[in-house]
Amino acid sequence: MSQTKQVKQLDRVIIRFAGDSGDGMQLTGDRFTQESAVFGNDLVTLPNFPAEIRAPQGTIPGVSSFQIHFADHDILTAGDRPDVLVAMNPAALKANLGDLPRGATIIVDTHDFSKRNLDKAGYTSNPLDKLGEVDDILAGFQVQPVDLTGITVEAVKEFGLSRKDAARAKNMFALGLLSWMYGRPTEPTIAFLEKKFAKVPDILGANIAAFKAGWNYGETTETFVVQYEIKPARMHAGTYRNITGNLALSYGLVAAGVRSQLPVFLGSYPITPASDILHELSKHKSFGVTTLQAEDEIAGIGAAIGASFAGQLAITTTSGPGIALKSEAIGLAVMTELPLVIVNVQRGGPSTGLPTKTEQADLLQAMYGRNGEAPVPIVAPQSPGDCFAAAVEAARIAITYRTPVFLLSDGYLANGSEPWAIPSIDELPKIEANFATGPNHTSTNAKGEQVEEFWPYARDKDTLARPWAIPGTAGLEHRIGGLEKAGTPETGHGNISYDPANHDQMVRLRQEKVQRIADSLPPLEVDDPSGEAKVLVIGWGSTYGPIGAACRRVRRAGYNVAQVHLRHLNPFPKDLGEILKGYDRVLVPEMNLGQLSKMLRAEYLVDAQGYNHVYGLPLKAAELAEAIGVLVGDAEGREIDLGEHGLNLPADHEEAPNA
Amino acid sequence: MSTIDLPMPQLGTALVPTLGEGETQTAKDFSSDQEVRWCPGCGDYAVLKAVQSFLPDLGLRRENIVFVSGIGCSSRFPYYLDTYGMHSIHGRAPSIATGIATAREDLSVWVVTGDGDALSIGGNHLIHALRRNVNMTILLFNNRIYGLTKGQYSPTSEVGKVTKSTPVGSLDHPFNPVSLALGAEASFVARTIDSDRKHLTAVLAAAAAHRGTSLVEIYQNCPIFNDGAFDAIKDRDNAHALIPLTHGEPITFGVRDEATGLGDKALVRGVGGGVEVADTASVAAEAIIVHDAQNPDPSTAFAISRLTDAGYLNRSPIGIFRQVERPTYDDQARAQVATASASAAAQGSPEERLTALISAGDTWTVD
Repeated sequence: MSQTKQVKQLDRVIIRFAGDSGDGMQLTGDRFTQESAVFGNDLVTLPNFPAEIRAPQGTIPGVSSFQIHFADHDILTAGDRPDVLVAMNPAALKANLGDLPRGATIIVDTHDFSKRNLDKAGYTSNPLDKLGEVDDILAGFQVQPVDLTGITVEAVKEFGLSRKDAARAKNMFALGLLSWMYGRPTEPTIAFLEKKFAKVPDILGANIAAFKAGWNYGETTETFVVQYEIKPARMHAGTYRNITGNLALSYGLVAAGVRSQLPVFLGSYPITPASDILHELSKHKSFGVTTLQAEDEIAGIGAAIGASFAGQLAITTTSGPGIALKSEAIGLAVMTELPLVIVNVQRGGPSTGLPTKTEQADLLQAMYGRNGEAPVPIVAPQSPGDCFAAAVEAARIAITYRTPVFLLSDGYLANGSEPWAIPSIDELPKIEANFATGPNHTSTNAKGEQVEEFWPYARDKDTLARPWAIPGTAGLEHRIGGLEKAGTPETGHGNISYDPANHDQMVRLRQEKVQRIADSLPPLEVDDPSGEAKVLVIGWGSTYGPIGAACRRVRRAGYNVAQVHLRHLNPFPKDLGEILKGYDRVLVPEMNLGQLSKMLRAEYLVDAQGYNHVYGLPLKAAELAEAIGVLVGDAEGREIDLGEHGLNLPADHEEAPNA
Repeated sequence: MSTIDLPMPQLGTALVPTLGEGETQTAKDFSSDQEVRWCPGCGDYAVLKAVQSFLPDLGLRRENIVFVSGIGCSSRFPYYLDTYGMHSIHGRAPSIATGIATAREDLSVWVVTGDGDALSIGGNHLIHALRRNVNMTILLFNNRIYGLTKGQYSPTSEVGKVTKSTPVGSLDHPFNPVSLALGAEASFVARTIDSDRKHLTAVLAAAAAHRGTSLVEIYQNCPIFNDGAFDAIKDRDNAHALIPLTHGEPITFGVRDEATGLGDKALVRGVGGGVEVADTASVAAEAIIVHDAQNPDPSTAFAISRLTDAGYLNRSPIGIFRQVERPTYDDQARAQVATASASAAAQGSPEERLTALISAGDTWTVD
């Protein structure tokens, strides 16, 4: 390293890579993430891209970005405001500038600031020409203009690529430069490139050359004088890897198959942002996983219901619009009481909505979106890595209670990533299929003789689950279906019944069976370090990170607040009502217009207040902290000032107090 | 993995457990204790009786037979058979049966559906089951009307049908289920009639024996909402109503000539690629089409299917239109899983392999 360079210590950094959707920003961010993960930082990522595969080049709708927050301590979100923006063109600058705090570093590729690209982004003049002038819109930022494309093309000359192909390696130049700035290990990226481009030596050579040129550019030129060091985070003992939610969820489903010793059957239809689960599970045939890409959403769940009847661990995966199509079949699974895991990777709605953006607006759809009284248990993961355990839990409930179960992930969890402590398979819950093997009821026939029979609705007295009797089992032949059946303890023979009292009892039994799941749930963990908080913040799903980070901000500012996060939305854990009663104020942050808060108000008559945003992006921790602060002030009857822990500078610090 | 060369089991039921030495079954064994609740005179009774009588002939273990239905009058069928069964939701039976058949090679899977169930709300599932060639038999009861909802026109009703929902006549052009199935790449397509027990049973036997999706259209009279829809073709005095198809035989029908064994009408190649009816006496013997259900090219079978009247039914070909061998979806899907599982088994227990899977890639350890 040259003598002029300084090394500065930082405890955390937020970087956003932004460019045109063809510029390879997702790959760049993903590589930087892997380097940081291997280095040992804690991290959270936020990919954000358009629904169009190739939106119009150079335009603002075509901007794709990838944000990574990495730190030397435990963090919970991808960060509200980037410290560094890498902008590959004018549109990327314009689309992201508003999110930057004053003082942020902006690295721009000057090559793409052509008249044509400036016009497309809506700039009447080149902001890079005005640096330091009166009308400098970038005043207050540290702007580093670099001809990324030009230097890249020069660096890869020896490989004889076309100018277009040579320029495509500019994302690796940017990655190399940022890797130098933050002292990231380069080996994982070199190894990754060698594998990815093994069959095209020219492209491989160019990418490695561009990556190294970026690193060397940082080290040798005068432009960058400071290198930053972010030490590895102190994390719990264990072996870690970086993982996205969709991958963790897929692995969780494979694990559920292994733990239940059942073949896994997925019936699915491609839909953003859930398709990755179909892709991933289709690779794991060696674990006895069958995947069927069906002709439509309904056939996906139909085939899964068939496989469940046949004795397999059945799954269907989709996003909100697909759930709408599957609703009638979900009702059939409720009525026939067959195990089924229904994965909804929620996206912005209604209708087609925002396919690549995140939202939590399908909770009430999962809860109530069927005809008749059709209760379905709901499980929600709280972080990308947690999708693994949540998938195992959904399968446990489905198989144990013979019921369809919703697993509500979302677009942020699906594509976001974090370090994940790899679990021990032996410590996962063991799931017992307990297929019925023989008669389960004794009746007296017309001649007064005792007859051994099989009753498909003779229920387990604790769980109320009915037997899972699969075809091929002699003597247990039976018919199930969508019509109401006689299935009470007295009449479990399962024949069609239009008897009013039977229907009333069956509706209640199906509801009670779902309610009994609560008997198997652990007590909630209330995070209330002082034990003196008057305000409880309660959430579900992917808002765990922002809520946790916001609570930490409030506590660092010297105030008390408690946090509870729900994994089970139906049924609610048994202790939830008592916990809610223990606080003066209850705040429910959600990426919808108040669906959990509505359920809590209805169930517990609690004055739960909503904090609701539907930007298609995760909640911002600093804004949420301010909202919590207002409520704390209200509850404690005093003025609250969060100072730098709210929206004031320097902000964006989410370390736990006394960490 | 591309397609897999399987030792193709010839029979649809090849992998289904059969009765043991000395074990027998009768129609009674296949009758459930449920009272049959179709309208008096409904064609469904005859089909149910035929199926209950025919199933013992397969010699399969009763517990390895599954009937799946959708919604409609005929979809009550599974309740009356003492096998495993599911009465599902409208139109979706082929998708549910696809899951069952793919999950389990040891089951004989049957779908009972109607013209509304299979061709209207469930049209998509029907055509995709046929193109995938999942090992199952689909019995499509065609009464050309909606019965359960009390008499609206169906996708097989003739144009101009006056019903409750079409007081001045229906406008929709009907589907010909056989033509549709042939167009959907079906490997087995047949048509039979509720009232002809012998023909029905023979077609069912061939359908069950076929490995792949077998579609059997069964003309079935609804005495309440579309009575007499098939009277013309059931009329014994109407010699030219039915065109029976027998594989390997010249296609003739009508008044039989005792000397030649041929009917007085014959099917010959028509202009424009179709098939026409001619007087047997006026055409050369070699001009008469010999029925070839096993022809890989479905064009002639399709042309024959077009001889079915689209309006009131005065004429219809019956029998097996097409019966070709094609790898089934479920055999291949199971083979992919089995191949992958077999080669992975040497790499350790599922738990060990799962640990290796989730620990792959870049990892780091914190002490």
